[in-house]
Amino acid sequence: MTLIIILVVVAVLLVGSIGFFVLRSRSRPPTSSSPQPRVLPEVLAPESVQEQEHEPRGPPETLPEQAGGAPEYRERLSRSRGIFATLRGLSSKSTFDQETIDALEEALLGADVGVATTDFLLGRVQEVAKATKSDDVIALLRAELLEILSHRPDGEVIDRSLSMDVPADRCAVWLFVGVNGVGKTTTIGKLATRETASGKKVVLAAGDTFRAAAAEQLAQWGERSGAEVVRGAEGGDPSSVVYDAIARGKARGCDLVLADTAGRLHNKVNLVEELKKIRRVADKEPGHVAEVLLVLDATTGQNAVSQARQFMEAVDATGVVLSKLDGTARGGVVVAIQRELGLPVKLVGLGEGKDDLVSFDPAAFVDALLAP
Amino acid sequence: MFDALSERLDRIASKLKSRGRLSDADVDEALQEIRVALLEADVELGVVRNFLDGVRTRISGQELSKAVSPGQQVVKAVHEELINVLGGDVLKISYSSQPPTVVLLAGLQGAGKTTTAAKLARWFKQQGRNPLLVAADLQRPAAVEQLRVLGDQIGVNVFSEASDPVSVARNGVEEARRLGRDVVILDTAGRLAIDEALMGEVREISNATTPDYTFLVIDAMTGQDAVATAKSFHDTLELDGVIVTKLDGDARGGAVLSVKEVVGRPIAFASTGEKIDDLDLFYPDRMADRILGMGDILSLIEQAERTMDADVVAKSTGRMLDGSFTLDDFVDQLGQVRKMGSIGGLMKLMPGMTKEMRQAADQVDDREIDRVEGIVRSMTTSERRDPSLIDGSRKRRIAMGSGRSTQDVNQLLKQFREMQKMMKSMGGGGAMPKGKLGMAKAMMGRGGPDLSSLDPSMMGKPAPGTGLPPELTGMGQASPAHGAPTSKSGQRNKKKKGGRVTPRKDR
Repeated sequence: MTLIIILVVVAVLLVGSIGFFVLRSRSRPPTSSSPQPRVLPEVLAPESVQEQEHEPRGPPETLPEQAGGAPEYRERLSRSRGIFATLRGLSSKSTFDQETIDALEEALLGADVGVATTDFLLGRVQEVAKATKSDDVIALLRAELLEILSHRPDGEVIDRSLSMDVPADRCAVWLFVGVNGVGKTTTIGKLATRETASGKKVVLAAGDTFRAAAAEQLAQWGERSGAEVVRGAEGGDPSSVVYDAIARGKARGCDLVLADTAGRLHNKVNLVEELKKIRRVADKEPGHVAEVLLVLDATTGQNAVSQARQFMEAVDATGVVLSKLDGTARGGVVVAIQRELGLPVKLVGLGEGKDDLVSFDPAAFVDALLAP
Repeated sequence: MFDALSERLDRIASKLKSRGRLSDADVDEALQEIRVALLEADVELGVVRNFLDGVRTRISGQELSKAVSPGQQVVKAVHEELINVLGGDVLKISYSSQPPTVVLLAGLQGAGKTTTAAKLARWFKQQGRNPLLVAADLQRPAAVEQLRVLGDQIGVNVFSEASDPVSVARNGVEEARRLGRDVVILDTAGRLAIDEALMGEVREISNATTPDYTFLVIDAMTGQDAVATAKSFHDTLELDGVIVTKLDGDARGGAVLSVKEVVGRPIAFASTGEKIDDLDLFYPDRMADRILGMGDILSLIEQAERTMDADVVAKSTGRMLDGSFTLDDFVDQLGQVRKMGSIGGLMKLMPGMTKEMRQAADQVDDREIDRVEGIVRSMTTSERRDPSLIDGSRKRRIAMGSGRSTQDVNQLLKQFREMQKMMKSMGGGGAMPKGKLGMAKAMMGRGGPDLSSLDPSMMGKPAPGTGLPPELTGMGQASPAHGAPTSKSGQRNKKKKGGRVTPRKDR
């Protein structure tokens, strides 16, 4: 209680003095401006449904894990520019010197892996190199990266499957969360295509009632994928839209509800509270939240760690969808997220077409990360 | 998450306090710390390298002033260099002598082009212009619809047609000419810098409309890839400036520095919120603070601006200043504290908190706040107005009423009295720093809070007896500094900043 009283008093003082300042800086007479309604969407979901020509291919989850497999994944990732180009020569080097370490460090930092995780990886590589007298630094680094991405600290293999595990008579709900403009709606569109193709009956919940025309965007994806879309009024309560979708899905014997939510920055308290409510409501009968997927933009830097932390805390995110990995960004921050927070990547977005969503393949990802 | 950069630099510098000058080795060590800070802020590697060269020339051989800590002096040098790089020439919009003035927005998917287009239209409208929005994003489903809705909200027409993006853009400019609009804003589809077909398309749009201003819209959260993207767009379109979006997040925004360095054109606008008015001119000094991790207080203030109920705050801060702050006001103010989020979160933003205290604050259950409020609510109206009425028997009654112990009641009253004292000193405190930045600076300043006198080991333990625990006495001296910058720090700050800090416009 002592602590509480101190904190409360300090907080009141702090807020009071800020209030004092805010008032002084206001030029017009203060009006009541308690939690302001959001008037405008900040940023848009990206991407297009433009029909792209893709040769037919098997369901993505059958992508083989070994190095030779997943040609498409590899081919598309290899478009990335080559910061690792300099490393090619290094792998044949006989000594493991400062220059090598600097080159590795540069490569990892350049791929957005982040300072702490880069230091950790290099420490491990040096340790192992010393112990095993191995000089193939690339192979060592690759092994360390793969270790982080495929095993939990306790050695257990990381489970990347998307759960359909729900109590009897409940409908599985996958909830999509993330900051603005990462590609939540597009991811749902692509996933709806994939899941309906695999024979599931899918309902899409247009839970983004905030951004202008977001429901419209999802509706177009619904048409494309053949999934039913449940929408509410623009500006309406997202929780009730999600609940309605679940109830409708249940009534029609659907297997899966994919619930869209409005993009929200993870540091906006009110919006995060709203998201918590959506999750609570979706978990009520007849629904059951089986996955909470955090969509992260591969171009995002170290802030992605902060996003992951906040969304895990608020809504127990169960996995990451790494979108826009078909660009030049390598998305190395997911290594840091896996290592620091234990949140695994489950899906990867590789483009704007309806089939451009694949299961995460650590080996292919690491190779792309290390590719020239 | 990170210690403030200056703290880390102080640690390096602590061993050279006796010397008057930074040696090369000291500089190297300091630069290493700065490098880490910049990388954590997502500044691109190559840009970091160039930047550090600039800092090195600034701090090498510099005389160390005795008045300020070496860490602060190095931070100041870094800060100046950041402003130097981020600022430079400011973009001044000059309107075409043959209207319309054409503005083209381009960028990656999800950077925020459509929203920015609407915000920009609103901005031009406020400048007394008559803009037209053109929806040339025909790729993303419902993008046109989105721009149309936004256009309706701000009363700006949106031109669209079902053809191809190049024709839409060309015809949009024609339409503006026909309607006598003097500004045209072209919203284009998001595209990857390596997508040759789409980059070719945006070049065609540019050729067809010969824009007066071409802006790259970039997300403040972007990582190392910012440089490649900016380079590619600059090569394709010859950018005139950059617009940074999502600055209301907690990203440090190092990408802004990367992009600025690569493009060499001004950062024109910054988008700082979800409301249509939240587009601001870009302030290099604010961005510099943010990249260095000094922007936390700034974001706290901004958060307060967004969530506070002005009437309540006006009433209670008024009383705060004239010394008539009562326990009623305390409860009102507590409501405002709640609106700003969890106490733990709030404390994390507070400068001068030690790591242990942050951890302690993290464990606080916000429902405990209700208990504090419960104590106040168990008092009578006259007790709340004049706590000196509260004697032993009243204390027992209040404790019973709120389900707390008399010690808790005692403690609250004691703390409240401390607080009143501080408030009085605030009221007579004189000059407040100007501008939000000034405020933040003053709060961050070295004369700032010394909360270290709060013993973290004591926190979280049950109230130790009825007497005032020793750690609480520290608060009396500590808090006024962060609560209300004293006139001294205010003036120092004013002097330092000169006339450059402009208070942000009302939203």
